Amino acid sequence: MVVSADQDQAAVLSPARDAESARLMKLLNAVCDPEIPVLTLQDLGVLRNVSVRDGEVEVTITPTYSGCPAMSAMCQDIEDTLAAAGYEQVTVSQSLSPTWTTDFMSDAGRNKLRTYGIAPPVLRRTSHAADDDSGQIQGIECPQCDSNQVELISEFGSTACKALYRCKDCREPFDYFKCI
Amino acid sequence: MRANKTDLVNYCIALGDDSLTLGHRLSEWSSNAPFLEEDLALTNVALDFIGRARMFYAYAADLEGGERTEDDIAYLRDCREYRNLLINELPNGDFAMTMARQLLVDVYDLGFFTELAQSGDANLVAIAAKSIKECRYHLRRSEEWVKRLGDGTTESHQRVQDAFKQLWGYCPELFEMPEREQRLLGEGIAVDRRTLKKNWESVVHKVLKEATLDIPDNSWAISGGRDGIHTEHLGYLLAELQFLQRAYPGQQW
Repeated sequence: MVVSADQDQAAVLSPARDAESARLMKLLNAVCDPEIPVLTLQDLGVLRNVSVRDGEVEVTITPTYSGCPAMSAMCQDIEDTLAAAGYEQVTVSQSLSPTWTTDFMSDAGRNKLRTYGIAPPVLRRTSHAADDDSGQIQGIECPQCDSNQVELISEFGSTACKALYRCKDCREPFDYFKCI
Repeated sequence: MRANKTDLVNYCIALGDDSLTLGHRLSEWSSNAPFLEEDLALTNVALDFIGRARMFYAYAADLEGGERTEDDIAYLRDCREYRNLLINELPNGDFAMTMARQLLVDVYDLGFFTELAQSGDANLVAIAAKSIKECRYHLRRSEEWVKRLGDGTTESHQRVQDAFKQLWGYCPELFEMPEREQRLLGEGIAVDRRTLKKNWESVVHKVLKEATLDIPDNSWAISGGRDGIHTEHLGYLLAELQFLQRAYPGQQW
């Protein structure tokens, strides 16, 4: 793992600058989160930069949760996907800054999560959920019946990124993608 | 201004050791917790700590310039080279002991990482920013458990009270400043741990009071982890943690 703080925040998430970068972005867009396979790395907002020089590709991703084992799998999947497309020399590095937040997740990603049965994270920029010491988060809806009458069962779920909730209307338990 | 590289490497390794030892202890609860949700919670928190250790070790390895990898740092050092706080290496004890330790450490960590986020070192700032987010929900949980156990049944009250008594003397070490850290402090890199004590005491005392628990006496104190002088428990912890790499050097999953 190469970890660094990206000094140049403006360089982050550069759009396709040329045809080859565009092709790379398209290839990378097929790489999915191994734990939540409906989300691409781009949906998740972890793909921060792609650059290519003399056939050497450098991909920068930002880790989600510190201990998320999916990050290693993502790095491997990126290398495999690019290798299959003929790029032999690929470096995947992790940049810690700017710190990943669930606000990086795309709207498309949020919708895919909901359809998949996971309540998407509430937006930090419109709520103080992640900083609220009570842990009581407003604005979570049941992905089954859209009710907002939900209750927290546990702040920890089946993976590092999820909390466990229950809908008080349809009584179904569901995963909530934690807002950080 | 460039801090002494060796000091910075050792600072990162000590911070990584704090996280790895406690993360390993928490992982020992896997499949042994009182109920399923708690099993998931303990192992999730363990992952956060182990992930944090990786970030510190990776940065240390990077600073060293390729002499060692993050895995070498974790798996190929013996007790005397570990620099973690003693409280983090103590056995889990019962569930009350585990949650009492988490409270003491979580309150401390939130204060520490909030300060580290102001460091003059960009990589430490980035790791701190990530850690703060996790410390918040760790603390919410340990605080809630201490209150539930303290203000619970006679037995749970007694167990968590005993736990705080047994852990109390390990707390002064949290606020010690080894010489290398004082040098880094002078360079605007390290956190002045001494300044964290007042707020730590005020938060911990408040939670203990709400939990109907007595504040233990400051009648004893023990330290040494920062100099590699550990309790007898660390050797057993490392024997398990490092077994695979010791038995099959270089083995990968």
